[in-house]
Amino acid sequence: MELNGGEIIVECLKKEGVEHVFGYPGGAVLHIYDAIFNQDDVKHILVRHEQGAAHAADGYARTTGKPGVVLVTSGPGATNAVTGIATAYMDSVPMVVITGQVPSPVIGSDAFQEVDTVGITRPCVKHNFLVKDVNDLAETFKKAFYIATTGRPGPVVIDVPKDITSPWIKVPFKYPTKIKMRSYNPTTKGHVGQIKRAVKMMLAAKRPVFYTGGGVVLDGAAAELTKLAQRLNFPLTSTLMGLGGYPATDKQFLGMLGMHGTYEANMAMHGTDVLIAVGARFDDRITGNVERFCPDAKIIHIDIDPSSISKNVRVDIPIVGSVKSVLQSMNDVLADVEIDHKPELIDGWWKDIEEWRARECLKYSTKSKKIMPQAAIESLYNVTNGNAIVCSDVGQHQMFVAQFYKFDRPNRWANSGGLGTMGFGLPAAMGAQIANPDDEVVLVTGDASIQMCIQELSTCMQYGLPLKIILLNNGYMGMVRQWQEFFYEKRYSESIVEAQPDFIKLVESYGHIGMTVSDPAELDSTMEKAFAMKDRLVLINVLIDPESNVYPMIEAGKGHNEMYMPPESELV
Amino acid sequence: MRHIISILMENEAGALSRVAGLFSARGYNIESLTVSPTEDKTLSRMTLVTWGNNEIIEQITKQLNKLIEVVKLIDLAEGKHIERELMMIKLKAEGDHREEVKRLVDIFRGKIIDVSDNSYVVEMTGATSKLDAFVDTVANELIVEVVRTGPSAISRGIGGLHL
Repeated sequence: MELNGGEIIVECLKKEGVEHVFGYPGGAVLHIYDAIFNQDDVKHILVRHEQGAAHAADGYARTTGKPGVVLVTSGPGATNAVTGIATAYMDSVPMVVITGQVPSPVIGSDAFQEVDTVGITRPCVKHNFLVKDVNDLAETFKKAFYIATTGRPGPVVIDVPKDITSPWIKVPFKYPTKIKMRSYNPTTKGHVGQIKRAVKMMLAAKRPVFYTGGGVVLDGAAAELTKLAQRLNFPLTSTLMGLGGYPATDKQFLGMLGMHGTYEANMAMHGTDVLIAVGARFDDRITGNVERFCPDAKIIHIDIDPSSISKNVRVDIPIVGSVKSVLQSMNDVLADVEIDHKPELIDGWWKDIEEWRARECLKYSTKSKKIMPQAAIESLYNVTNGNAIVCSDVGQHQMFVAQFYKFDRPNRWANSGGLGTMGFGLPAAMGAQIANPDDEVVLVTGDASIQMCIQELSTCMQYGLPLKIILLNNGYMGMVRQWQEFFYEKRYSESIVEAQPDFIKLVESYGHIGMTVSDPAELDSTMEKAFAMKDRLVLINVLIDPESNVYPMIEAGKGHNEMYMPPESELV
Repeated sequence: MRHIISILMENEAGALSRVAGLFSARGYNIESLTVSPTEDKTLSRMTLVTWGNNEIIEQITKQLNKLIEVVKLIDLAEGKHIERELMMIKLKAEGDHREEVKRLVDIFRGKIIDVSDNSYVVEMTGATSKLDAFVDTVANELIVEVVRTGPSAISRGIGGLHL
């Protein structure tokens, strides 16, 4: 079969089972768009800004486990996508980004819409390619999908000069069925000896804790984790990225840990004698001050990326391998009848944990005349029966979702954890809805975040995406304001969002429905009304208590046992 | 502590900039870096001199290994090895200095590879410390220019860095 470059790209996508591509056309990718026009298998979703394309593909990937695919033009098309690529890179999201490039003969001549895309994206991709010969296209695509989806996943950029996709140059097309790279062979199976040592250490533990991260979700290891944790009756805490990896409504789950983690999770981290880190990377928002991190603990760390191990915190038993496979091996070891397991060893530990839990660290004022943001998330949880796919932007609202929406399943929660990208939410929710047309997809956002990618409301209209947007509107950049309240004596420098748009008119102008609610008594009924409109995008502008804070909080540089708790006066 | 990391990587455009970019992005030190194709034209070999404590060196080797184009690497400082660096140094050579410089070059087993009526170009190979010693010994005002390759290194014995 002889095909031109544009056709080859489309064929490669078909062979990879890609159903949706998020993109925006431009000069350097016109040949590719022509090839897209001539077929129906790969559907193109036209965004309104290339950043939206990358976030949408990201939301698609996070809620399916399949790689998201992006197609943008050269120059500004590529640079606009960079924030989305970096977001996916920080959270290890599998993604393939096709960028157009100026024709090969003029590369380096400062041609119209030329940037060094490979150079610009190098620090924020797992790998990138510049295609120099149309005959290399198919193999490059095979490699890109292989690299993006295996090992520790991540975004891969393929930069394609315009002449490579010329309709007049046809070459034989054959998609490689297998790929073998001598320089890239991620370890998947964990070391058997290390796994046995780890299990032995776990069985001897008196105060064990599982600390689980995004790796559990990415690797589809929730079932293996649940089996192992329940077999041992160990408590678990999760990072922001790991939520859903273990059922949050289960009694063994302590909630999120870290900067805005629960009291019981952080106290358990501080007191633990054996910490089992699973697919987590000891990020600074988790560890706080590394000098005071888990002072009494032996640490077991399971991760597919060797460079994550002993990067921030030295560990005692490192296990490099796929989280799913290592947890399965641990379950196998434990299935051995000879194993000496004394469940009563941790009885005292559970008593401590129950005492910490009794402090009810997430309690908030229910007497306020205004809607509390926590109440809004609880109402959302109730109206969706905890079954929605929830996406968020970045800030206080993101933390409230993490604390109050109890995810029982993986791939139901998409947010920008590592990079903290405001503007992520709306396009990510779009991608999630396209990937999961039968699910309820919710965006929880803030009045500052949503304005960073609000143009995508237009995309939602074009494709009839019935998102439900919970806009927690406090008139501030809430998290910035909170830090300014705590650490800058309430000098609210530039954190007040003045001249807010009328969000209702705004969504209406895009053809959607808007509602405002300010009375706590009307919160539930408004939610119900909105969620009853199954086939429409509805934005609920929730006017919340403007100066409510996220508690508990660990100040940067402090230990896990040094949390700010909600002041008693606020709880009345 | 000073470490010499030898890297075998795919001989592809951009591979060098990935290594250099990694070091600048993560704030690691590069003292010197040499790179050239090997007997297998699809592979380049890079010799990179860096320094840091054990934790930093461990991260450097892990991060390098993570680069898709890196096939294999070793930290030569972990075993016995030989290192050599090539230096070409241009020296003023006039009057009394002409003889004195010649004697010094002989002592250091260098070679004079270019002569003019007022200059020498000296070629010298050796460990970095030997070349440093020569540069320190020659009077500063005699040095016109110095060009050094940075060390290349190889392990002792039959074992080595190959596929």
